[in-house]
Amino acid sequence: MLLVVCPHCGPRDAGDFHYLGATSPRPDPATVTEQAWRTYLHLRANVGGWQHETWYCRACRQHVVLERNTLTNEFRDPPVDPLGGVR
Amino acid sequence: MHRRGRGEGGLLIRRPARYSALGLLARGLTGRPWPRLWAQHELRRSYDVVIVGGGVHGLACAYYLAKEHGITNVAVVDKGWLGGGGSGRNTAILRSNYLTPEGIRFYDRSLQLYRAMSGELNFNVMFSQRGHLTLAHSDAALRTMRWRAEVNVLQGVSSCVVDAAQVKALVPSLDVSPHTAHPIVGALYHPPGGTIRHDAVVWGYGRAAAALGVELHQQTEVGDIVVEGGDGPGGKGPGGRVTGVRTSRGDISAPVVVNCAAGWASTVAELAGVTLPITTTPLQAAVTEPVKVFLPAVVVSGSLHVYVSQTDRGELVFGAAVDPVATYSTRGSLEFVEGLASNIVQLMPGVARLRLLRQWAGLCDMTPDYSPVMGVTSVDGFFVDVGWGTYGFKAGPVSGEQMAACIATGRTPALIAPFDLARFTEDRLVGEKGAAAVGH
Repeated sequence: MLLVVCPHCGPRDAGDFHYLGATSPRPDPATVTEQAWRTYLHLRANVGGWQHETWYCRACRQHVVLERNTLTNEFRDPPVDPLGGVR
Repeated sequence: MHRRGRGEGGLLIRRPARYSALGLLARGLTGRPWPRLWAQHELRRSYDVVIVGGGVHGLACAYYLAKEHGITNVAVVDKGWLGGGGSGRNTAILRSNYLTPEGIRFYDRSLQLYRAMSGELNFNVMFSQRGHLTLAHSDAALRTMRWRAEVNVLQGVSSCVVDAAQVKALVPSLDVSPHTAHPIVGALYHPPGGTIRHDAVVWGYGRAAAALGVELHQQTEVGDIVVEGGDGPGGKGPGGRVTGVRTSRGDISAPVVVNCAAGWASTVAELAGVTLPITTTPLQAAVTEPVKVFLPAVVVSGSLHVYVSQTDRGELVFGAAVDPVATYSTRGSLEFVEGLASNIVQLMPGVARLRLLRQWAGLCDMTPDYSPVMGVTSVDGFFVDVGWGTYGFKAGPVSGEQMAACIATGRTPALIAPFDLARFTEDRLVGEKGAAAVGH
């Protein structure tokens, strides 16, 4: 389907990954308003172009944040945040 | 053969000839060419309504605006060609055996409109109500089927649960033995379901809308939506008011803009400063070489993520679940074909030697509750008919009819009230997940 570049394992078939979607900052549940929480839960930018997104690599068992162009499925090198992005 | 009417500015415009057996005979004998289904126009500077997206939803909306409400100063704009998106990429299956009462009422109205369509549009859409079987491979699935059948019958829709022997009698090519990996234990049988020629639906609506005065503009891409007085950047967003669109062929002023852009709905809505609860994900489909007709019904297996029907030409048309990654790319994959082949051979071992002719992908605008988003938005004059996921084609006629009523009367019709955009920020999601054709 598409080739995903894991910062630890290198390029692998997308079947070796679990796609979690575009990365968005999670509001603090203790202080967030209902409106903001529902917006976080349901509304999506659904970008046509470059976006940061979270993938889980089943080979190295890490969550990684990668930057991909949703129009062309190209990945931008190097990955922005090799160990971050756990959500 | 041509009826002539007066267009804008007193110019004579050609209305398409009515299709009839006599007309067919006359053209056959004289050899005169058939007239085009719709005329091409210069883009004007202003319209009462601009509809973004020339698929079945946009064209049906334009048709019902003109026919039911007399609003004919309408432009349908599409960045590609009519029916080139989801309307031409779906597997053309129609059904109304949903799970929630609001879902069933809505899709049943669409099926009624589809039944009357060939006559109403004077265009053969080849609707074949051959019956629709959703296979159950477990007791849990059978329980859900029974639930769906009961709710269907309560809403006046024909559905019943059948056992494995009845499934075999309806579709002899299915393997119903108990020794398969996913034995068929029964099915939800929905006799009114069937298939239709999807291109004909698009062309029929386009031709009928054009005959009523609607202008169809292909290869006209909307680059911006002009909004004034909103809270967001550039005066867009909540509280604003639509005044027009900028397209690749010029600017248009219009008080009403309707987003019927399906997979591209989020990118169009963003131009008006509206964020939607949508993720765009491709769904792949494939078709085999044609063989003698052997499959009398539409067969769906939720557990095996596959649905299949046979066209009038004899090809088997397969669809599956959406791809696991959000993307706007419509490139197909080998994984899809491999998974599809493995699953379909489990259901129908007899098709193992059939060759696939081609595969393709369509973009699905998926919402969190597997239900559409229809009606007004926080921007005055900006309407949406989006979030159609994997079930948009069968809903085309009713969506067009109800959206036209919503736009023309300024009130949201009861049939689409449960599907408003505000439900996502007011926690009123619709629980239709259980009735999606295959698992998502």
